[in-house]
Amino acid sequence: MDNVIIEIKKLRKDYHVGDVVVHALRGVDLQIREGEFVAIMGMSGSGKSTMLNILGCLDQPTGGDYFLDGTNVNSMNRDELAGLRNRKLGFVFQAYNLLPRTTALENVELPLFYNPKMKSKERLERAVNALEAVGLKERMGHMPNQLSGGQQQRVAIARSLVNDPVLILADEPTGNLDTRTSVEIMELFQALNEKGRTIVFVTHEPDIARFATRNVVFRDGRIQRENMVTDRLFASDVLLTLPVENIEEFEN
Amino acid sequence: MMNIRNLLKIAIRALVRNKLRAILTMLGIIIGVASVIAMLAIGEGSKKNIQDQMSSMGTNLIMIMPNMQMRGGVSLGASSSMALKMSDVETLRNEAVYLSEVSPQVSASGQVIYGNQNTQTTVHGVSGEYLDIRKLEIGSGRIFTSSEVRGMSKVCILGTTVVENLFGEGADPVGVTIRIKNLPFEVIGVLEDKGESGMGQDQDDLILAPWTTVQRRLAAIDYINGIYASAVSEEKSTAAADEVTEILRRTHKLKESDEDDFRIMSQSELLETVSSITDIMTYLLGAIAGISLLVGGIGIMNIMFVSVTERTREIGLRMSIGGRSRDILRQFLVESIIMSILGGALGVVFGYLIGTVAGTLMNSPVVVTTQSVVLAFAVCFVIGVFFGWYPALKAANLNPIDALRYE
Repeated sequence: MDNVIIEIKKLRKDYHVGDVVVHALRGVDLQIREGEFVAIMGMSGSGKSTMLNILGCLDQPTGGDYFLDGTNVNSMNRDELAGLRNRKLGFVFQAYNLLPRTTALENVELPLFYNPKMKSKERLERAVNALEAVGLKERMGHMPNQLSGGQQQRVAIARSLVNDPVLILADEPTGNLDTRTSVEIMELFQALNEKGRTIVFVTHEPDIARFATRNVVFRDGRIQRENMVTDRLFASDVLLTLPVENIEEFEN
Repeated sequence: MMNIRNLLKIAIRALVRNKLRAILTMLGIIIGVASVIAMLAIGEGSKKNIQDQMSSMGTNLIMIMPNMQMRGGVSLGASSSMALKMSDVETLRNEAVYLSEVSPQVSASGQVIYGNQNTQTTVHGVSGEYLDIRKLEIGSGRIFTSSEVRGMSKVCILGTTVVENLFGEGADPVGVTIRIKNLPFEVIGVLEDKGESGMGQDQDDLILAPWTTVQRRLAAIDYINGIYASAVSEEKSTAAADEVTEILRRTHKLKESDEDDFRIMSQSELLETVSSITDIMTYLLGAIAGISLLVGGIGIMNIMFVSVTERTREIGLRMSIGGRSRDILRQFLVESIIMSILGGALGVVFGYLIGTVAGTLMNSPVVVTTQSVVLAFAVCFVIGVFFGWYPALKAANLNPIDALRYE
């Protein structure tokens, strides 16, 4: 479990807003190994979202190098990056970003549609497996508006898993959820991480960051602090301490 | 490369997700195509109708009529003209090489009486060739002989409408004597039913008699009202018309500066004129309908634009999970093409129905030509691509990060 999945050297990112140059990242070095569960933290404007966008190959750095699973991402064009996202990355968003009026199953299938080698039988099989992995197999025919926020985020996680990515990137995955549901989502992430998934997520809640194995704190475009989590929380334990009443039902 | 089945599946799912909007968008195309198809079908149908009936009158037909005569600035009308004489018929029979048959025509109209029935009709005085020239067939009885023509015999051949009016439907009056303008005529034959002409005229409401009889006994004139001839072939009808002009100008001793004192109408010429008129009508109808198709296309573009804006986050998501710009472009393009083609197909069906209903109401046949259907589909495809392209391009050029954050 020592393979380096992400290798970042002296990464810089400048934005031009009118005549002003905003230095979003001012030289970041970061390594993430296979099987890690990393929380990126920081205040707004610290550069953590820019970092996540670059990690997710949605944005390209102004300077420095980014190796993802051994490939240098800097030299790739838009289409190659799309291919990379399709094969190697899984995304989870704060607002779930599920297609409306589309069943959970079809939502999960979506990334595989952009893989030309995927046969429809295998696509279906994988989507069902991914939904099973997040515990929503019996809800695969439901539309997003028939699912609670937590369930929708689980569908989104299933979607990020379906192409068997080397890395799952989550942008404030618990930002829209209440405490208990947040912990349930972290429980799912921890379970996936136990099975060897590498997960990187952005959060501004210190409590949520404690579920990860390592925390990286950004400030003013630089890594301010980087530490292994010593007092790690385990979601399954935390859930026992939380009131059992299910707020999900209320959300429905 | 994303395969076509996936592309279709994605586009169809996206359309199904917005069923109502897709259908409303298609409505523009449906109405546009339906009106184009219906208009062209009606236009084409009436053209065919007229053409059929005109060629049933014989496409080799050449009619020579006296020209309008002016006397002291007063038009006396064409029928009172005495420009054509029987001698002209004789000359044409002898000299014109492009004419196969020539018949004089003298008409008189008057009351026809049998028993206590009577009717008003036109009596055409002709020679025996007339039946060949006008493609008339004898249903029962016989045609008049040349000796009957020479001898001014009071014999006649009746059209079926006249038979119906005088004797009732299906009667066979051959051998019976009727009175035309109080003169007794023996009925020697009945013509085959010919139906209505392209102009809506009853072609069976007539009586044929020897031209000599009509000229002398009924009309009491020494000239003839017209000459009917047939060209040796349809292709030669223009040459025949020129030849007739040349012969008649010469025998009528017209000077270079004189206008013709006769008019020549050939059936093929008439057919061309009528066809070009109906063509213009068809194109005009088609053009008006085409405008509604254009409006339908703009409707698609409008909706695709709205759709791109509304689905910005969806586009961002698709990009983040591996959709390339061209995949997004194709998806939107395929969506717009599917809508226009599907709208086109429904439009063809509706157009056919509308055309059929209109045709029944107007009592005219409806011809949906393959060209108009192919054209409609081609236009729809082009509309789909043309009006879908720009919105699709707009979608494809979105920056994934901005698209994902779009509220």
